[in-house]
Amino acid sequence: MKISLKALLPLFIFLALGIAFAVGLTKDPSILPSQLINRPFPQFELPDLFDETQILDNRDLQGQVTLVNIFGSWCVACGQEHGMLMKLAREKEIVLFGVDWKDTREKGMRWLERGGNPYTRVAFDEDSKLVIDLGVTGAPESFIVDKKGQIRYKHVGPITEDIWEHDLKPLVLELEQAP
Amino acid sequence: MIAEFGQITLILALLIAGAQSVLPMVGAARRDARLMAFADRAALAQFILVLSAFSALTLIFINSDFSVQLAAFNSHTDKPLLYKISGVWGNHEGSMLLWVLMLSVFGACVPVFGKTLPASLKARALAVQGMIGVGFLAFILFTSNPFLRLNPVPINGQGLNPLLQDPGLAFHPPFLYLGYVGFSMAFSFSVAALIEGRVDAVWARWLRPWVLIAWCFLTIGITMGSVWAYYELGWGGWWGWDPVENVAFLPWLVGTALLHSLMVLGKRHSMANWTILLGITAFSLSLIGTFVVRSGVLTSVHSFAVDPARGVFILVLLVIATGGALSLYAVRAHVLRGGPGFTLISKEGGLVLNNLLLIAATVTVFLGTFYPLIVETFSNDKISVGAPYFDATFAPIMVVLIGFMGVGPLMKWRQDSWANIRPLILKFGLLISVVGLLVYLYGRSVLGAISMGVAAYLAVSTCVVFGRKIGFGKPGMGQRFLAQPGAVYGFFIAHLGMAIAMAGITSMSVWAKEDVQLLKIGAHMSVGGYEFTLEKMTPGQEENYQFLKGDVRVTKNGKTVTVLHSARRFYPVRQMITSEAGIQVRPMRNLYVGIGDGDAEKGWVVRAYTHPMVCWIWLGALMMALAGFVSLWERKR
Amino acid sequence: MRMRAVLIFGLCLIASALAFAQTPSEADIEQRARHVGKSLRCVVCQNQSIDNSNAPLAADMRVLVRERIRSGDSDDEVIAYMRERYGDFVLLKPPLQANTVLLWVTPLGLLAVFLIWYVVQSRRPRKSVELVPLSEDEQQKLQDLMKKTELPS
Repeated sequence: MKISLKALLPLFIFLALGIAFAVGLTKDPSILPSQLINRPFPQFELPDLFDETQILDNRDLQGQVTLVNIFGSWCVACGQEHGMLMKLAREKEIVLFGVDWKDTREKGMRWLERGGNPYTRVAFDEDSKLVIDLGVTGAPESFIVDKKGQIRYKHVGPITEDIWEHDLKPLVLELEQAP
Repeated sequence: MIAEFGQITLILALLIAGAQSVLPMVGAARRDARLMAFADRAALAQFILVLSAFSALTLIFINSDFSVQLAAFNSHTDKPLLYKISGVWGNHEGSMLLWVLMLSVFGACVPVFGKTLPASLKARALAVQGMIGVGFLAFILFTSNPFLRLNPVPINGQGLNPLLQDPGLAFHPPFLYLGYVGFSMAFSFSVAALIEGRVDAVWARWLRPWVLIAWCFLTIGITMGSVWAYYELGWGGWWGWDPVENVAFLPWLVGTALLHSLMVLGKRHSMANWTILLGITAFSLSLIGTFVVRSGVLTSVHSFAVDPARGVFILVLLVIATGGALSLYAVRAHVLRGGPGFTLISKEGGLVLNNLLLIAATVTVFLGTFYPLIVETFSNDKISVGAPYFDATFAPIMVVLIGFMGVGPLMKWRQDSWANIRPLILKFGLLISVVGLLVYLYGRSVLGAISMGVAAYLAVSTCVVFGRKIGFGKPGMGQRFLAQPGAVYGFFIAHLGMAIAMAGITSMSVWAKEDVQLLKIGAHMSVGGYEFTLEKMTPGQEENYQFLKGDVRVTKNGKTVTVLHSARRFYPVRQMITSEAGIQVRPMRNLYVGIGDGDAEKGWVVRAYTHPMVCWIWLGALMMALAGFVSLWERKR
Repeated sequence: MRMRAVLIFGLCLIASALAFAQTPSEADIEQRARHVGKSLRCVVCQNQSIDNSNAPLAADMRVLVRERIRSGDSDDEVIAYMRERYGDFVLLKPPLQANTVLLWVTPLGLLAVFLIWYVVQSRRPRKSVELVPLSEDEQQKLQDLMKKTELPS
């Protein structure tokens, strides 16, 4: 049997593509690189959800490890995540800073009234000002910010028990240790 | 009961497909006529069984039997009958069943129309067709069963995705699938020919009509999708280089190459290996198209991960089908005998170049579509490839292709010389310059001028070729005109269609005007010399949706041209909003309005466009599809 | 004479640069924003530019693009601003860099290779272009073939 290289070429090209697809499927798609990892949290000034006159800014993230959570009353997956956030707040695992995105004040407040409010502070980002600076592509998304106000981790999609225990908690504990 | 009936017919179809893929193969190897003849009966039986299953599912949707999960998730009693029926394939499971139905239709055509085929070739091709059937029926039964029951039975269904509730999109998938699945014939007969070790003109002439049919339906399917996107997505585009569009375009490009290489094989017995390879590639790309869209690999990786079994099954099927066929090709390609040699300056040579350029175009679209996925695979970088990339890469290749498209058909078979066509080329050059100059004076765009010049040249040269065939201006012309084979008319209409489409595409990309503004009632904006005034917004209610309709008066120099109606629809069942554009269709330009978000206080987001010659694009595409059907017509000699 | 031409040309350049540095007119901003918007991806959509998309985030991004232009950013600076936040993902026209070389080189490279191949091959004189009459052996094969294909009817 003689097999010429020319006749084998199509098969090789196809196999290379097949391998690429196979590897692509085994990748965990939720790990997205953030442009902002290990960089300071973007400068922001946003009104408080509950009190228009009060302005929240970067000082609210200084001095403790914070989980910044992007949510909105329109976001279905945020509802799935909410129970977990409430648990984190109840057990005082981490300080939660909420960003209510593309929402109305009434709807946002009602959302937190109904499901409970796990956040110590909630900023109201109607025009995606902070959200674009954070490179957010959807809700929910969460960022872990260290004591110095640097972004250390980004998670896309709802936080589950599993994700908290395996990915976030170890990092949070480590960051808590740092001065 | 109906669901169980459907389930049983599917299982039977799987069993028969299994037998169909083995017995005829054995029969052909042993030259056992009875075993080979089994293929015919199996193919027909498979068609009847799958048709029964499909009818069962359709009945379930028409009767709104929500004890079946698929109907409960994708239908609703409030839906018009048309969308109850199209809801059958408006979801993953049902669309796969439609796919298999099409496959069995083509399979059943082989015994009906292929009575004169060599018995072993037919048996082997049907066996391969059977294998594809096994793969897909198993896929449906094990990972995507449409007949699963739901308990407890819901009172009403969740409705069909509102975007799909549109006559254009309702019948878009069947056409697209007829095209995709039609290429399975090219695949099966290529594989069978590799096993037989013989590819000849008989093979090419038998395959040609099936490739033509597949190609025509694919052309219609893609055109329908483009028209739908134009009036439904509300941003006035006819092609967005979206992955979903691209994966339908890929088999079309390769199918086009295949049609032309089959010509060389049928007429001159050359390019046998290459044609086989194109047959395998066209269907493989169809498989990728079917899967990629349905599985959502490209649009969002998340939905794929929802059901890993499906993803793995899909990949395994693709690897077996394409990998198997290409392995066979690697082993057997040398057995196929090449035809007589030819110089590249000849009609064959022109067709070789046509194929190469179409392959370059295919590779470009493929790369652009899958590159983000490939990059993500080997690094963690996420990149996007959008329209600007394709404009910069695909467009030049197409211009070169069209440049040769005008000259190629003028060449003689076997051998020609530049000297023969040089005088014509000079005239064409003059034609391009004159048309280009006129267009430039009118439209003030260099790119538009060149492009329009090339489109005019293609149209003229196509007419010249046709004129030569019928001996234009010589006595007996009328008779010769009527005596041409279908393929000659096909060539004429298709290439003319290409020229018309190119003119449309050019003027859309160069001279379309657009603007977006926030308009309150009574306010106006001007676009391309027209004034668009938002006159009123009226709410209303239909059977399955609520709507807010905007009237936009369009005036030119103070005179009313038309009043356009654009609406936003809210579908309560799915909690989704869709937009309907208001369009005035004219041969030379469309006026287009889309109304977006807003309220009476702030005003509404109004997008207004003037689209010169956009209809030419679809007219050209439909001419190509028509040309394919015309080519099917063989004159009895 | 030549000197003067250069001088005038230089002055024109400076003048246009000055005009550019001044706050651009609203129509200008609009036109540039549309242009920039066409090359930025709506990050929540499937494959649309922010200019085409009706998504709320795309609307906010459009506003931001106009704000950046109004505050004096050049088109490239606006794009760079977005890229800093969203990465290469936001660019519909991927930049030429290490991981996109293949993407950019292949199409036109392939076109060039094919065209060169065609030109080179077609210039090379071929010997056996004239039809060689079939040998006896081939004649026999042809007849067999014809028989085979005609037999079943």
